[in-house]
Amino acid sequence: MSETRQFCSFYLDHLLFGIESQKIQEVVAYRELRPVPLAPAVVSGLMNLRGQVVVAFELRRQLELAERPANITPVCLMVRSDQGTVCLLADEVGSVLEVEEKTFEPAPETLSPRLRSLILGVHKLEGRLMHVLDTERACETGSN
Amino acid sequence: MNENDDIVKEFLVESHENLDRLDRDLVELEKHPSDREILASVFRTIHTIKGTSGFLAFGKLESVAHVGENLLAKLRDGQLSLHPELTTALLAMVDAVRQMLASIEAVGNEGERDDQKLIAELTRLLTAGSAATTAASPRSRKAKAGTGTKPVPKEKTVSESPASISASEAGPAQPVTPAGDSESQSLGDILISRGEATPGEVLLAVAEQQAGDPRRVGEILVEQGAVKSQEVLEALRAQQSQAHAQGASESTIRVDVGLLDQLMNLVGELVLARNQILQFTKKTEESGLVTAGQRLNLIASELQESVMKTRMQPIGSVWSRFPRTVRDVALSCHKQVRIQMEGQETELDKTLIEAIKDPLTHLVRNAIDHGIELPEARRAAGKDPEGVLLMRAFHEGGQVNIEISDDGAGLNLQKVVQKAVQKGLITSDHAARMSEREMANLIFAAGLSTAEKVTNVSGRGVGMDVVKTNIERIGGTVDVQTTTGKGTSVKIKIPLTLAIVPALIVTSGGQRFAIPQVSLLELVGLDGDQARQGVELIHGAPVYRLRGRLLPLVHLKEVLKTGGAVDGTPLEASSQAGEPDGARDGFERVNIVVLQADGRRFGLVVDEISDTEEIVVKPLGRHLKHISVYAGASIMGDGKVALILDVLGLAQSSSIVAETHERARAEQEQARVQDSDLQKLVLFAGRAGSRMAVPLSMLARLENIPGAHVERSGNQWVTQYRGQILPLIRISHALEERRNMERAADILTLPTSVNLQVLVLENQGKSFGLVVNEILDIVESGSGPQSPPTRPGVLYSSVIAEHVTELLDVPAILSAGESYDPLESNAAGQAGS
Repeated sequence: MSETRQFCSFYLDHLLFGIESQKIQEVVAYRELRPVPLAPAVVSGLMNLRGQVVVAFELRRQLELAERPANITPVCLMVRSDQGTVCLLADEVGSVLEVEEKTFEPAPETLSPRLRSLILGVHKLEGRLMHVLDTERACETGSN
Repeated sequence: MNENDDIVKEFLVESHENLDRLDRDLVELEKHPSDREILASVFRTIHTIKGTSGFLAFGKLESVAHVGENLLAKLRDGQLSLHPELTTALLAMVDAVRQMLASIEAVGNEGERDDQKLIAELTRLLTAGSAATTAASPRSRKAKAGTGTKPVPKEKTVSESPASISASEAGPAQPVTPAGDSESQSLGDILISRGEATPGEVLLAVAEQQAGDPRRVGEILVEQGAVKSQEVLEALRAQQSQAHAQGASESTIRVDVGLLDQLMNLVGELVLARNQILQFTKKTEESGLVTAGQRLNLIASELQESVMKTRMQPIGSVWSRFPRTVRDVALSCHKQVRIQMEGQETELDKTLIEAIKDPLTHLVRNAIDHGIELPEARRAAGKDPEGVLLMRAFHEGGQVNIEISDDGAGLNLQKVVQKAVQKGLITSDHAARMSEREMANLIFAAGLSTAEKVTNVSGRGVGMDVVKTNIERIGGTVDVQTTTGKGTSVKIKIPLTLAIVPALIVTSGGQRFAIPQVSLLELVGLDGDQARQGVELIHGAPVYRLRGRLLPLVHLKEVLKTGGAVDGTPLEASSQAGEPDGARDGFERVNIVVLQADGRRFGLVVDEISDTEEIVVKPLGRHLKHISVYAGASIMGDGKVALILDVLGLAQSSSIVAETHERARAEQEQARVQDSDLQKLVLFAGRAGSRMAVPLSMLARLENIPGAHVERSGNQWVTQYRGQILPLIRISHALEERRNMERAADILTLPTSVNLQVLVLENQGKSFGLVVNEILDIVESGSGPQSPPTRPGVLYSSVIAEHVTELLDVPAILSAGESYDPLESNAAGQAGS
């Protein structure tokens, strides 16, 4: 009778990630971003979300994964954070997964330190692991 | 406590408003001690606070308010008369109440405090004062006291007074037909009170309506022949005007600022959606859609304007506390100051109101502390011992102007300059060349103010730099003007709102940027040869000669590191931004946006200058806030995001870049020490091949004014220039030469068919145009041999650019120009001789 939680899953460089679904405001198709010169590399640019200016973060750069191949168009996960809505760029969205609390485990030490600092832990799903992203850390630029 | 929270909150909001008024009222009361209306208002406020705090069990608050109330009751009843000591005590009480309210707001109780002293003081005044008045000053007020002794409830009944005569009769009708009924009530009342109908007739009509008659009471009455339809119409009109009057008292509500901000955002979105729809309608033939689009356009614009207005507040809401400040400061420096306000109703955005609060307070304190002299000194100078502090606010050109002027001693410019030189802010040579206005504005320089605080440099230095920074932060400007012995005036200009600003849209590296128009001075475009030769390098730092002055250039691409070679930034656009800047490679067009920030002028080189637009400023959020070159972002008409440049940030970040250049230049400068002796002069041709010059520092602009634009105003030739009337002075008139000429004839022959070369000169804040024959050059000249002037209006003659040249005395010419009257005899117009 363990508690279950809902995660919105998505992929980055073939890895499975998840963000608690109540933190996701919406998922929108990729649209042209306004680059911000002088901004940290993890900031992909600014997006117009229905009149609101939203900062978009490239999760691949944030997690120090390989750059996204040109043939993949990213998707925009609009996430509620302490600083209002932010946009996180992922490769592809998966389904909403209902996972049990007991499958959760803190991140193993073997993960890269960068990755470990950005994920809260992993859920052991059948046949694969889902990394639970720390959304607050994911939209930090390291400068503050 | 929890269920009380709402009540407490309301109490706090209400009390804060009341306290602000209280401050003002008390100060006002001091001037007009017998004004019963103000007294009643003060009494009412304290009474309300006392009552509510008792109800909410804030014991300490209640006890303080209680003594205050007692004191005020005596004042109101004429048993006491107001004197400064009493006012001070009452103000102290208001302060205590305010502190307690603040504490309640923060932690939920009045806090640890001991008000016994204050209470004792108030009680002492209560007893001492009453004895004194009865014994010593049986003022005439005692005669009126008979009417005044009645206790409070007076005001309460007032609000209930508009009770209707026949309310009780018509009352029972209410539940049946509420709409018709409310009308019948008052309509019936009006008819009865006008004597047009009897109460019986009206009741009958109401009863009939209740029985199911669908008609209105008026119609029934007319039908019954009780009244004429004309009378009913008149009564209806009266009824409507009543409804209006009632509406006014109920027409304001409190709204959460957050909600207004949200509305503002939504309207912003609506405007963008509208822009997109308008673009579609341009392509369509369907007339219905086009009309609908146009209506949408109009409505959205109006809506935007209205929502903007909801955020507007009159500046009086900040000013209301200044009478108190003035009183306190004046008292502590033993000065007499009267405050005058003009334009309290001038509205500006709420966020701006907050932002200017502190700078304004500072300026007010400064004006009293350093500006206005002691009463004896004023009397000695032949002035009214009571100084006047004038605060003025008005709208002008989409900006709010605020002036704070005093009629004090004015700044001691020599001391200010001396201090500035001493502090190393300016060189003594520079000081010698400064205009009075520049000198006065030195008080805003950072180093000057934080120095020894009281140097008695008729001071004004304390924290003036902070005032300036704060005003500039909100896109405003500040300027000071002073006349020795007459007073000082500080002028502040701030934008109406920060949410929507006019901005210039430029393109650099394929991306659009917005530059707030407040910092924009002018645009310069260089083509072909000009582009190749116009931009020069000083040790690698690009500069452009703008009317003879070197304008440091900053390439936007370099600052933002979006130029082709530099990388490391995630730029999709960087590939196409690879094309080199025109200036550096010496071809194509160079676009220079001349900007001003923090008193520094510089030119920003961009790829393209598009247009000016009103943009909605969106904050960038914490993630990008540390990048100082951006002030925010905005969404353009096509839905794309553009970054707003922060001009101050740009200047700062580029000066870091330029630091090395600066050092190189300094070295270069040392090689030619006498450089500081150089003065820049504008050379122009006088009569018969003679040459004349004026210092470049006095020159605001060079203009070519078409003769057709010259108009006559009284005895003077003027032209409309940048929204002002610019007096034109012909150089030959200004100088003695006119004596030898047929002056009147010359005026008539002021050629209107050709373009006039005009030097727009500035002196002591006044502009005027000097019409010259031909502008020759702008040169730097050292102090060569000088010979004394041969005529008034000339400072000296010297050899400049290998020719003997007369250097004009601009202030003298100006004053000559002012008093110049062509009908008078020749001598009248001559300069200060």
